[in-house]
Amino acid sequence: MSATILAWSLVLAQMMLAAAMACAAIRLVRGPRAQDRILGLDTLYVNAMLLLLTFGIRTGSTLYFEMALAIALLGFVATVALSKFLMRGEVIE
Amino acid sequence: MMSDESLLALVLALPFAGSLVVGFLPSNRHNLEAWLAGAIALAGLAIALALYPAVADGKAIRVAVEWLPTLGLDFTLRMDGFAWLFTVLVTGIGLLVVLYARYYMSPDDPVARFFAFLLGFMGAMLGIVLSGNLIQLVFFWELTSLSSFLLIGYWHHTAKARDGARMALTVTASGGLCLFVGVVIVGHIVGSYDLDRVLESGAAIRSHALYVPALVLILLGALTKSAQFPFHFWLPQAMAAPTPVSAYLHSATMVKAGVFLMVRLWPALGYTEAWFWIVGTAGLCTFVLGAYLAMFQQDLKGLLAYSTISHLGLITLLIGLDSPTGIVAAIFHMMNHATFKASLFMAAGIIDHETGTRDIRRLSGLLRLMPVTAGLAILAAASMAGVPLLNGFLSKEMFFAEAVAHHSSSAFDRVLPYLAALAAMFSVTYSLRFIHGAFFGPPPADLPRQPPPLPSWMAAPVALLVSACVLVGMFPAVTAGPFLDSAARGVLGAHIPTYSLAVWHGFNVPLLMSVVAMAGGALLYLALQRYLSSGIEGSPLLRRLDSQRIFDRIMIALTLRAGRIGLETAGTRRLQPQLRLILGVACAAALWPLLQLGMAAGPLAPSALDPALTLVWVVGAACAIAAAYQAKYHRFAALILTGGAGLVVCVTFAWLSAPDLALTQLLVEIVTTVLLLLGLRWLPKREEMVEADRHRTPRVLLRRAADLAIATVVGIGVAAIAYAVMTRPAPDSRASFFVERAYTEGGGTNVVNVILVDFRGFDTLGEIAVLGVVALTVYALLRRFRPAPDSIVSPEQQVRQNARAAAAGPRQPADALADSLLVPALVMRLLFPVIGMVAVYLFLRGHDLPGGGFVAGLTMSVAFILQYMAGGTRWVEARLIILPVRWIGVGLLLAALTGLGAWAFGYPFLTSHASHPTLPVVGKVPLASAILFDLGVFVLVVGATVLILIALAHQSIRTHRPTKPEPAPDHA
Repeated sequence: MSATILAWSLVLAQMMLAAAMACAAIRLVRGPRAQDRILGLDTLYVNAMLLLLTFGIRTGSTLYFEMALAIALLGFVATVALSKFLMRGEVIE
Repeated sequence: MMSDESLLALVLALPFAGSLVVGFLPSNRHNLEAWLAGAIALAGLAIALALYPAVADGKAIRVAVEWLPTLGLDFTLRMDGFAWLFTVLVTGIGLLVVLYARYYMSPDDPVARFFAFLLGFMGAMLGIVLSGNLIQLVFFWELTSLSSFLLIGYWHHTAKARDGARMALTVTASGGLCLFVGVVIVGHIVGSYDLDRVLESGAAIRSHALYVPALVLILLGALTKSAQFPFHFWLPQAMAAPTPVSAYLHSATMVKAGVFLMVRLWPALGYTEAWFWIVGTAGLCTFVLGAYLAMFQQDLKGLLAYSTISHLGLITLLIGLDSPTGIVAAIFHMMNHATFKASLFMAAGIIDHETGTRDIRRLSGLLRLMPVTAGLAILAAASMAGVPLLNGFLSKEMFFAEAVAHHSSSAFDRVLPYLAALAAMFSVTYSLRFIHGAFFGPPPADLPRQPPPLPSWMAAPVALLVSACVLVGMFPAVTAGPFLDSAARGVLGAHIPTYSLAVWHGFNVPLLMSVVAMAGGALLYLALQRYLSSGIEGSPLLRRLDSQRIFDRIMIALTLRAGRIGLETAGTRRLQPQLRLILGVACAAALWPLLQLGMAAGPLAPSALDPALTLVWVVGAACAIAAAYQAKYHRFAALILTGGAGLVVCVTFAWLSAPDLALTQLLVEIVTTVLLLLGLRWLPKREEMVEADRHRTPRVLLRRAADLAIATVVGIGVAAIAYAVMTRPAPDSRASFFVERAYTEGGGTNVVNVILVDFRGFDTLGEIAVLGVVALTVYALLRRFRPAPDSIVSPEQQVRQNARAAAAGPRQPADALADSLLVPALVMRLLFPVIGMVAVYLFLRGHDLPGGGFVAGLTMSVAFILQYMAGGTRWVEARLIILPVRWIGVGLLLAALTGLGAWAFGYPFLTSHASHPTLPVVGKVPLASAILFDLGVFVLVVGATVLILIALAHQSIRTHRPTKPEPAPDHA
């Protein structure tokens, strides 16, 4: 019984996370400002990380947790670089 | 005592080893380098002399080492009497040239380079002579072209040397390529490249349909090398080389390689009409033309250059006459020409060295100033003219006899004796000119400098060579007889024709021809006095037909003009037409088989659709399309959108169980984003709107519609191909092989990593080398980078913030930098060790689980980038010393050394060793030697990535250096 609940909740979670990604993508595509797009991308990264965690739960493999760790640790680098570019006009001064 | 075989290998190996050693010596140790080079030449000569008994009666020594057994290629050395003769010439004259060069080269010349090239050339020449395999022969052939290029261009600060070297290389190396193709055809006919097999299969080769193409190609190689008409023009240009080089290259070695090859292959290729006509005609033309042009040269070395061409023509003509006696005479003349021409070049060099000029118009009466040199040079020149009791006379008599005796009834045959006598007459004239012009007449008036006393050893090589000329000329049967006999046996086998090496053959036609040539030559010299003393450069009649100019024209037409025309007709500087072309060709290439064969999905059923994944894909597709839509006018937005698409690809990889790929994709995505942002800073500001685009004319609309159509077709096409491939079962490839053996033979469970660092380690080594090269290239290009004028100034944001910071009080622009992103910057700094640790973790477990050197390297470079972003270039470099170029070097060395390490244990290159030792605390750990290789990959990837990023980042501190503070306004 609990296995069924877990399976369904996983499907549901994945659906909802994918939907969240879609919402972020709308901001990403429509903008209108560059700041909106950067925030959209960052949200996309966070959602992707969570999606990978649900994969991990579904397959029982720890590899996905490591993937999620990698996104959590390094995913912000792109966001920082983009924001720095917006703020200062160049990434490395 | 070493065996003959190992001695033979030693003869070839010594010069190359010596070349390496000498090349690394300091460039000012003249004596040391000359001694070493001389010792090597002497050792080669001694070994060759010791080997004589083994080759004396037509036998041959052979050494064969397996080289590429799968292709039937062995590395074979083979020495018979003919090769022996050449080995002695190459090493013997090489020794004398080294001795001569010791005194000739100025103390300012970097002689380490000179002797290194000279030894390398000697080795290459010995390689040609001793090759028992045609492919190997061609290899050494091209090596002589290359090393002669370096030698001719030794004084590379003069334009003449550079031009001469380039021309020699162009002509001889193109000839070498022809030779290579010819040799491959011969190998195809015979079924082997082995020289002995080829020589045995003469009948099969001559009757084969491909005989003529093969012959023409091989002869193109030989004739270009031996400077035969119409390829003779490179040789006079090569006179820009230092004189020892000319003495070596144009007497015993380089140019003799061509005639050597013709004699060598004559048993296999000769005896045919085609051989007779091509070789004979080329030889005759060169013989006459070279002698004619030599008469009118004003430069001593130029005269010798054309006389060399002429004498080589004589040898070629003898070979072309297609008779065994002709071959014997050719071999004999090769020996004689080598001795007298080397000594003449050296004498010309001494004159140049002592007086500062080689111009015959300025020289005269040197007999009194340098009697020894003059005496030796007169003897050598007399030998060149064919005066009796000198060796040149003997071979010239043999040639005359051959020219007269050969009687078919063609016109060629009838005119041959007359033309031979004519050219001999010319050669008497130019020899007289050499002697009379330089040594006789009134004392020289306008020499650039007065001759200092000659270093006593400088004339010694000349004296040795001239005494050889005299000895052979007087006692030919005793001195040269046995060696000529064994050389002839090496080429012709047991059936040697009867020939006589005597000085006096009685009154006969050849003697008459000699007398006519002597008298005629002397008379011609007198008759030409007026023309020659007028000081005109070049010959009458042929002055306008300058083959060097023709060569230059052809080269310009081939390189500059063709390139420009190609660019004008087919080239464009705009991106759109280029992309249109590429995609159009790709479409056509894909559509062609599709229309021929049709398209169908494979037998595999598609897997069920996962709604979540579908949604993720929709997100990715939307991002990708939006990126393309924004790409032209909103670069920044397009970059962000590409990031979204990349992330979706990454999630897809993870979903379809390729965690390795997903991890790599993620890191590449991040690093690429930063890289593109760095580049974006330097792109020119966008034009508001391209004028034509604002007006939606029908043409613009049509162009856009066409581009959209191309994009759609290509996109759908790629998707269709992917679908077609994925619905078919994977072909039985190497994949299963690797999966099965990854653990048993590679000692790792991460198949991808084991393939990269072990099974396909050699590929990876190549790839990381390319990565390093690319990084260095980017670095080198960016050092000279000039940004677009409108992006040189600081970005608008910085200007504004700096101004605000300055207005707010006693603050510097650096404070504005430190204040922006204050909190994130702290976090980024603190993350450095954390990310570093993750990199180490990914690296260490890479052999068994997702990770490895490449991913770890990228992670580590992200850590560095973060520091740069947080603190700025100056802040980081004041605290952290990063030497990316060294990282690249260390990485490459580490990977290569690990590979070489396998040799130490007797395994092939890059064999990996794996074991799982148990450590006291940690427990059982996987340990493969491949981890060292992977470490090399890691270090190199860090170095390359950081180098590229830093090179880009440095642009900003390079272009807007802190400007001098304006002088404060005076408030007083």
